[in-house]
Amino acid sequence: MTDSAPAIELKGISKAFGPVQANKDISIRVMPGTIHGIIGENGAGKSTLMSILYGFYKADAGEVWINGKKTTINDSQDAIAAGIGMVFQHFKLVENFSVVENVILGAEDGAFLRPSISKARKSLKKLADEYELSVDPDALIEHLSVGHQQRVEILKALYREADILILDEPTGVLTPAEADHLFRILDNLRKEGKTIILITHKLREIMEITDTVSVMRRGEMTATVKTAETSPEHLAELMVGRKVLLRVDKVPAKPGETVLSVKDLRVTDDKGVERVKGVSFDIRAGEILGIAGVAGNGQSEVMNVLGGIMNATGSITMNGKPLPLSGKAADGQSRRASGIAHVPEDRQREGLIMEFTAWENTVFGYHLDPQWQSGPLMNNAAIQNEAAGKMERFDVRPPDPNLKAKSFSGGNQQKVVLAREIERNPDLLLVGQPTRGVDIGAIEFIHQEIVRLRDQGKAILLVSVELDEIMSLSDRIAVMFDGKIMGLREPATTDERELGLLMAGISGEPGTDDWKAVEDNLTALEHGETPTHG
Amino acid sequence: MDRMPAWADVVLIPLISLVLAAILSALAILAIGESPAEAFYLMVDGALMRSSGWGYTLYYATNFIFTGLAVSVAFHAKLFNIGGEGQAALGSLGVALVCLYIPWPHWSLALLGSAVGAAAFGALWALIPAYLQAKRGSHIVITTIMFNFIAAALLNYLLVNVLRPVGAMEPASASFAAATHLPTFQSMFSSEGSTLFRGSPANISFFIALIACVFVWLLIWRSKLGYEIRSQGFSESGAKYAGISPSRIIIIAMLISGALSGMMGVNATQGAAERLILNSAEGAGFIGIAVALMGRNHPFGVLLASLLFGFLYQGGAELAMWTSIPRELIIVIQALVILFTGALDNMVRWPLESLFAGLRRRKEG
Repeated sequence: MTDSAPAIELKGISKAFGPVQANKDISIRVMPGTIHGIIGENGAGKSTLMSILYGFYKADAGEVWINGKKTTINDSQDAIAAGIGMVFQHFKLVENFSVVENVILGAEDGAFLRPSISKARKSLKKLADEYELSVDPDALIEHLSVGHQQRVEILKALYREADILILDEPTGVLTPAEADHLFRILDNLRKEGKTIILITHKLREIMEITDTVSVMRRGEMTATVKTAETSPEHLAELMVGRKVLLRVDKVPAKPGETVLSVKDLRVTDDKGVERVKGVSFDIRAGEILGIAGVAGNGQSEVMNVLGGIMNATGSITMNGKPLPLSGKAADGQSRRASGIAHVPEDRQREGLIMEFTAWENTVFGYHLDPQWQSGPLMNNAAIQNEAAGKMERFDVRPPDPNLKAKSFSGGNQQKVVLAREIERNPDLLLVGQPTRGVDIGAIEFIHQEIVRLRDQGKAILLVSVELDEIMSLSDRIAVMFDGKIMGLREPATTDERELGLLMAGISGEPGTDDWKAVEDNLTALEHGETPTHG
Repeated sequence: MDRMPAWADVVLIPLISLVLAAILSALAILAIGESPAEAFYLMVDGALMRSSGWGYTLYYATNFIFTGLAVSVAFHAKLFNIGGEGQAALGSLGVALVCLYIPWPHWSLALLGSAVGAAAFGALWALIPAYLQAKRGSHIVITTIMFNFIAAALLNYLLVNVLRPVGAMEPASASFAAATHLPTFQSMFSSEGSTLFRGSPANISFFIALIACVFVWLLIWRSKLGYEIRSQGFSESGAKYAGISPSRIIIIAMLISGALSGMMGVNATQGAAERLILNSAEGAGFIGIAVALMGRNHPFGVLLASLLFGFLYQGGAELAMWTSIPRELIIVIQALVILFTGALDNMVRWPLESLFAGLRRRKEG
């Protein structure tokens, strides 16, 4: 296998967007029948490279060789003709079309649909048997779970006879069980001789499934190594350019008094759907309670109620005093006054005003505090001063308070939010997706700050879809599924497998039928039915 | 990273747009057989070369400053207030009621009273669309347009049936008492031997408009309310997170906007007409939209744009008086300026942005 021509060979690819050099003289060889991982931080140039390969961008310099032949790829049609298929992070499916209609979209033969549909149906059946890629061909996309939608994307590529499959961050939206299934599919494809390029920022996935891994940093390819000959620590170092602490360094929690007590919390959304169905939990001083779960199972709503963004019923007591759950007394201002700080899940839509400067964002939510006023006006000088200090203490780069929030990288934006919320010294800190879209170097820093606040005896509620993050930060873990807490676990006595099953709504003893039950539950949920397995 | 320097955005783009509008206007004037050069000379001569011309230019500019600021304030909360015309009409009504029914001892007190009346009536007229937007989600663009028509009909009714003096043929109120008449520029700046601003309507309201510019600047960029208005304008979900009530901001921003529009009545109705006439807003409510667009919703920009449109109004009137260029063509010229500076902003912006990007790349490369 090693002496055949590479399935893909890129030679000296360069691409600049304005002043930004997204790809700098990149060369890579991907051998046929292997899974080749490409790993790197946000903005390292992974997606740009793949977009060049798929014909979305034209490289400024360099050559693309496919199966030993020099190939020019001007658009996605060329890429498909060369046997390349791409599964994007954000699926490109027509929601109200059926699976089979989506599969033939753009690959119809002739003027009539019927022959293509029956041809596609046959070929879908064949692919499903070969690769464990079963999807109901007549189901509408909008009724499918995210995992199934992803399979349709893979089927689309295979139907177009792709030999080379590129997957961009494929597991971001999947449960651990669904991710496992995806990897089984990828393994089957590899056995059939397909070549797969897997783009990810998750080290664990690289280690689990790839044969070779290339690391990108700041537009350059810093290394290509055999996966078997490397370690996560080594890869992280290659990605960031310095040694990185992957495990969170923390002493056992010393929990004190109960700070927050939530009883029978229920939230109904605008459309009248009950999103949180009777949730109860306590958080004590000096501990981190992590809420794990697939996005959309009610965790965000719990955070938003506590942060004063949503109304609810039930009861919440904070430091022994009941908190209102609706009306003006339950808004963000009142919550801040009662000692709750909130790092929201979506910093770009909630935590920051992207068009505001960093210093204006430094007091966002606290802008009414007397210390930021001077007479009838705001004391901008004091705020600017505070911002400069916060940016220095939290190592925000570049440390310029006059830059707009949108000009900072994701990690630095998050540090601006964290600095604002943590330095309030709150009794309870709500943290949602603290490291989403944040580079590895900043993740380490952010985790340390959260643990430091815990060690000062503060209560912390962490919501994250990254199971690794939940496992390494939390002192206790609550798993939410379908608006309910499926169970409380401690990180020392549980594992990702058990949590993964809880995330899919299965709380019984793990058995051999796990996978089937997970599928049934998730599908039922997508159809708006009640999950049957529990 | 910003794509081009701020000065290019603020100065260069409006300037290029203006030149383009001027070129097209010149072609239009040429097409009907008149000389563009002579027309331009007449406009400049009539609007800027004599103090009486300036008196008209500044009078119009005062109207546009109020309505332009009104649109800007609402726009910072991401509300498109098209209702300036109706709010100005109601503001004029407020001015008239205050001037007609309260026996003022001195113009300065009358000015205070009418300013409050104008602001209150204008704000009230904006309150209903604001409430409908905040609580019922009725789109503010639609409701404020509708309220322009309602305001016109209401004023028509009141002038014909209520405010018209017995026996008068014209749908207008009685003239205001002399004690309410505001000092004109002519009375303020003329000295013995030299009369300045002769016969022109510019009056002390111009300085109130300048104060309003400073007020809006402080409000939007220096006050906590302005901070909240801008937060809401950029991101409603962000505002909710920060505990800022979107409906409260919508209502307050529209109240301020309506009050500013209404203030135009002080200039037009008390300062110039000295009685309430039909259509006292003279379309300034709509010009305010163009002024705000061209002024980038900044008070200083609004001031400059208002002066430009004041010039166009006065210069246009001169053209109509001294040449055979029809009145309609003057409206065409004004429309071209609005089209280029407002609606076709991106036509100039995009080439300019890529030009600057190219320059920067060459410098770095």
